[in-house]
Amino acid sequence: MSTVPTVTRDLHAESEDLLTTAAYTTRFDKLVAWGRKNSLWPLPYGTACCGIELMSVMGPKYDLARFGAEVVRFSPRQSDLLVVAGTITEKMAPVLVHIYEQMLEPKYVLSMGACASSGGFYRAYHVLQGIDKVIPVDVYVPGCPPTPEAVLDGVMLLQKMIESNQPRPWKDNWKGPTQ
Amino acid sequence: MSQVEELKSELTEKLGSDIQIKTEFGDDVLEISKDKVFEATEHFKSTGRYDFLMDVCSVDRQEREKRFDVVYHFYSSKDNRRLRMKAQLGENEKIKSITPIWKGANWFEREAYDMMGIQFEGHPYLKRLLTHHEFVGHPLRKDYDSNRQQHCSKAADLHFEDDETYVPDPNKDLIPLNIGPSHPATHGTLRIMAQLDGETIHRSNVELGFLHRCFEKMAETHEYNQIIPYTDRLNYCSAPMNNVGFCKTVERMLGVEIPPKAQAIRIILCELSRVIDHIVCIGANAVDLGALTSFFYLFNMRERVYSLFEKLCGARLTVSMTRVGGMANNPPEGWFDDVLETVATLRKGVDEIDRMLTNNKIWIERTKGVGGISSEEAIAFGFTGPCLRATGVNLDLRKANPYYGYDQLDFDVPYGTSGDVYDRYLVRIEEMKQSLKIVEQVAKNVPGGDFSIRDKDIVLPEKKDVYGNIEGLMNHFMLVIKGLQPPVGDIYDATEAANGELGFYLVSDGSKRPYRLKVRPPCFAIYQSFTQLINGGLLSDVISILGSLNVIAGELDR
Ligand code: SF4
Repeated sequence: MSTVPTVTRDLHAESEDLLTTAAYTTRFDKLVAWGRKNSLWPLPYGTACCGIELMSVMGPKYDLARFGAEVVRFSPRQSDLLVVAGTITEKMAPVLVHIYEQMLEPKYVLSMGACASSGGFYRAYHVLQGIDKVIPVDVYVPGCPPTPEAVLDGVMLLQKMIESNQPRPWKDNWKGPTQ
Repeated sequence: MSQVEELKSELTEKLGSDIQIKTEFGDDVLEISKDKVFEATEHFKSTGRYDFLMDVCSVDRQEREKRFDVVYHFYSSKDNRRLRMKAQLGENEKIKSITPIWKGANWFEREAYDMMGIQFEGHPYLKRLLTHHEFVGHPLRKDYDSNRQQHCSKAADLHFEDDETYVPDPNKDLIPLNIGPSHPATHGTLRIMAQLDGETIHRSNVELGFLHRCFEKMAETHEYNQIIPYTDRLNYCSAPMNNVGFCKTVERMLGVEIPPKAQAIRIILCELSRVIDHIVCIGANAVDLGALTSFFYLFNMRERVYSLFEKLCGARLTVSMTRVGGMANNPPEGWFDDVLETVATLRKGVDEIDRMLTNNKIWIERTKGVGGISSEEAIAFGFTGPCLRATGVNLDLRKANPYYGYDQLDFDVPYGTSGDVYDRYLVRIEEMKQSLKIVEQVAKNVPGGDFSIRDKDIVLPEKKDVYGNIEGLMNHFMLVIKGLQPPVGDIYDATEAANGELGFYLVSDGSKRPYRLKVRPPCFAIYQSFTQLINGGLLSDVISILGSLNVIAGELDR
């Protein structure tokens, strides 16, 4: 019959030890922000040419997974980063708003390309002149289409914003679509 | 008797003498009164004089008493001849719809109604097609300001063409189902509405126009070379082909031929684009059916082609490399060697996909016998390109009406038998191989010489002349002020793009901007058949069929 070995542990000394070697204390909000920043789940709202370039961002060469954002979700309820890639027409605008409203907080919007940001070179009768007319935007990425590097840069910028808990007045004071 | 005279005597006998036939820029043009349009079309169809109806559109001649031209484009694949039929129509007049004769006319007529308010009598469903349902007015009329947006307050409810009073009620009868426009399998901008009986599609409808960004209006408000970037964004999966299609049309109107070197570069760009277009099509189709691996394989290959484009002009996707009269600049040194190297890698890649999918049991079961269409039906809808060839019709404009020396090149046109999703896939795979063969042949013997014509009324002088001598500066100045001015008239020209016949119908009033530019997008005609293809089938097949048609919203909605 074996006996359970009895060990006397100096818990106090151990915890002191842990504090210097393994444990890390932080503020709770900082921890959450760190987690959020590294696990963005994008909803790729690709409507046009920028959507094609967004595929490259997801694809093997540029690989958004390196930034913790590879879990693409097409359901607004499962995603927290809306990437609007492409022209949004007047016909599409109500759909975009609908999708945005279905997303849960915290949520972020990245506007990819000239069209999504401002209507681009379509100063035209059926094109929404920028998605910020209907939803609040956190990051604008210029280009027609932006290079994949630029999109990665935009995502990194957003990560910085999240990490530092930067206030987002454009979102907090959002009054709804201006149209 | 020449061909035109023959046609003339044939039609005069049939339709009476008040018709006019002439040749404009090498095309046959028939002018006819609006009451005879139906009869003439019936004649073409029943005698098989022309087997394809390529396009129906309208032109607003604001200052004329009878304000509109309704224009029909016919094509005969037997002798490779085209006919443009024009009828004049007053503001409140109606014209008989030709949908009973050619079902492919359906959406084209709806579009003409939407854009210009042309009333087609007897059309089964003359409702707006591209603009949203709250839109008022007809935007392509000359008196509609291009920058007058109209906002849409909410998306249209579920609706079906044959049932205006439909209200979805899942408890009462069949299950209503809305797919898209923001759905992974609808590629962003297509909307499919269906009623389900279990897993089977009972009836369905589609809504398009979610990417209608007014290409044709933009073309009327920009100068010729400024339109090239807009053409990039028609079929953005193979942008250079649209550049080439547009420039070729303008060049034909101007009556100029581009130098052999420019032709060679254009062929290389076009064929590489065809490869990446097919890559996106097959890759996306496979992803939609659950095969994510092929996406990673295929997109790696696409990146290689993008790197080539980037070397050539700095842009990856939207290259805008052509100019009216040739190319924008010379390729950098060693570019053609890079092309050859890339071709070798692409060839390996295509073989890999071939091995991965062609004999893959799941792939075969999801695609074989799914979404088939007969060749007669396909022609009636106006199919062209790989989707038409998959049904067994051997029609490819590169062979039927060779341009840029395609007739000197050695390549085959693959075609299928059953016209189903699997055949479309096989045709595309083989086309990629053939395209690589073409690129190789061309890149190995690129002709020397200039990359552009040097007509000072068409092409801007090179920068070294603009900054280096007074004549260059003057020519640059004059052309920028005056613009490129094609002669008055109209022309239709088509090229074989990745999806099929990409046609441009250009009306010029002699000024520096087009009076009207109508695009005939290949997938527009093909997508018309979609509801017919999916009705009665399984819901899961919708996804596989949609992917195989390669509907690109940019050219579908323009
Ligand atoms: S910004 Fe340019 S590339 Fe992006 S959707 Fe608009 S037109 Fe296309």
